[in-house]
Amino acid sequence: MYSEKVMDHFSNPRNVGEIENADGVGTVGNAKCGDIMRMFLKVENGIITDVKFKTFGCGAAIATSSMATEMVKGKTLKEALQLTNAAVAEALDGLPPVKMHCSLLAEEAVKAAVEDYMKKHPDAVI
Amino acid sequence: MNRIYMDNAATTAVSPAVVEKMLPYFTECYGNASSIHSTGRDARKALEEARRRVAAVLNCSPNEIYFTSGGSESDNWALKGAAFANRKKGKHIITSAVEHHAILHTCEYLEKQGCEITYIPVDADGLVNPADVEAAIRPDTILISIMAANNEIGTIEPIEEIAAIAHAHGVLFHTDAVQAIGAIPVDVQKIGCDMLSLSAHKFHGPKGVGVLYIRKGVRLENFMHGGAQERGRRAATENVPGIVGLAEAITLATENLEEKNARIAALRDQLIDGLTALPYVRLNGHRTKRLPGNCNISVQFIEGEALLLRLDLAGIAASSGSACTSGSLDPSHVLLAIGLPHAIAHGSLRLSLSDTNTQEDVDYVLNTLPGIIETLRSMSPLYQDFMEEQK
Repeated sequence: MYSEKVMDHFSNPRNVGEIENADGVGTVGNAKCGDIMRMFLKVENGIITDVKFKTFGCGAAIATSSMATEMVKGKTLKEALQLTNAAVAEALDGLPPVKMHCSLLAEEAVKAAVEDYMKKHPDAVI
Repeated sequence: MNRIYMDNAATTAVSPAVVEKMLPYFTECYGNASSIHSTGRDARKALEEARRRVAAVLNCSPNEIYFTSGGSESDNWALKGAAFANRKKGKHIITSAVEHHAILHTCEYLEKQGCEITYIPVDADGLVNPADVEAAIRPDTILISIMAANNEIGTIEPIEEIAAIAHAHGVLFHTDAVQAIGAIPVDVQKIGCDMLSLSAHKFHGPKGVGVLYIRKGVRLENFMHGGAQERGRRAATENVPGIVGLAEAITLATENLEEKNARIAALRDQLIDGLTALPYVRLNGHRTKRLPGNCNISVQFIEGEALLLRLDLAGIAASSGSACTSGSLDPSHVLLAIGLPHAIAHGSLRLSLSDTNTQEDVDYVLNTLPGIIETLRSMSPLYQDFMEEQK
């Protein structure tokens, strides 16, 4: 049911872990639905220099988290805010229809982490 | 890679002896059991011999055995058949909150047809309290259907007691015994049931064939309309190879039941003891009133589908009651019915054994699973939060 890319990112997730004293942290989802994603950002001069994630969820949830971190690493905050769930799903060679919400959660997790950064750094310009 | 199959509650491998018995009925003795010629008569002979063998195992008359396409059809027929045949008597049916979907979704359908259903809750071990069933009986109750043993958590229900209560009130009693055959003794006289469903593929028989036992004198509306097969009660050309396979499988599965299950239960207990010794892992279902092959645990802070995929990569086939595997947004209704919070129900894992499993299988699982749990927990924000709270 999953593409090879999904299975690859599920079995060898990229950027898994946490960043101590992260510049921005975003957590989305809830345990009731079975998916929680948390993203940690390190930001320098408006650029995401490091990103890590922790996810409680199914194979697709873990794979989309992993792919989303790859897609925003080294990007500007503005570019990160433009990440869409469709782009995450496409980069994984597609997701089963019932798992599309996982990619949405990954998009929301990135955005929540950027928003947290903005809140902590009100003077930052993106 | 070595592949270990621990999903025997989902389905089992057909045993070679069963396949051997079935083969002639595809190519040599392929007649239609309703045909008058000798090819047909040979098929009829095999069919009736199979019926006798199944009846001998269940301790009933061959005339009370009706072959169906499997457990779901048997459950559908029992419930819809009883509801439609007893419309004048009443419209109330009692069942439990932990039944298989073949029962629960049939009940939902019957509710749309005007029936009223009472779903008896279960305790934390998944047990139905017979007193609750008795208290739910109304003057218009026509049927009580309670499963013999639960497919997810393995809890064995007190169906003999419930059957006695049903009969004391003049109510029909049906049991879904799909998980029970070959696991616990199933004798329809001892249980006292009016109807019983079973399915061959759960005990090393083929898929697509099952039985509904209907006690003599029980009136049911027909479910499958067409020809006069099964004494006019279930149309469709009989699946003779499947039925022959079912008869062989049920005979083999119920031979030396105690001895065989003592071995399986010992392996199960190693799994249960080994896995529940891990931190934040709990057993689901009753510890002793339990199917010999069932181990169902909840692993806190991780999600079931991720666990299954990791196990599959390690060569272990299992199943889970998480939402992702149930095809809905909610985790298994059984795990919610025993009172598990959603987050813990999402982390459930069922390992189900049969007599094909070995000590090596169990050792491999016990050696492999802790590492997988650790990896997934190290990625889990729930675990991170929990550990920080503990500090």
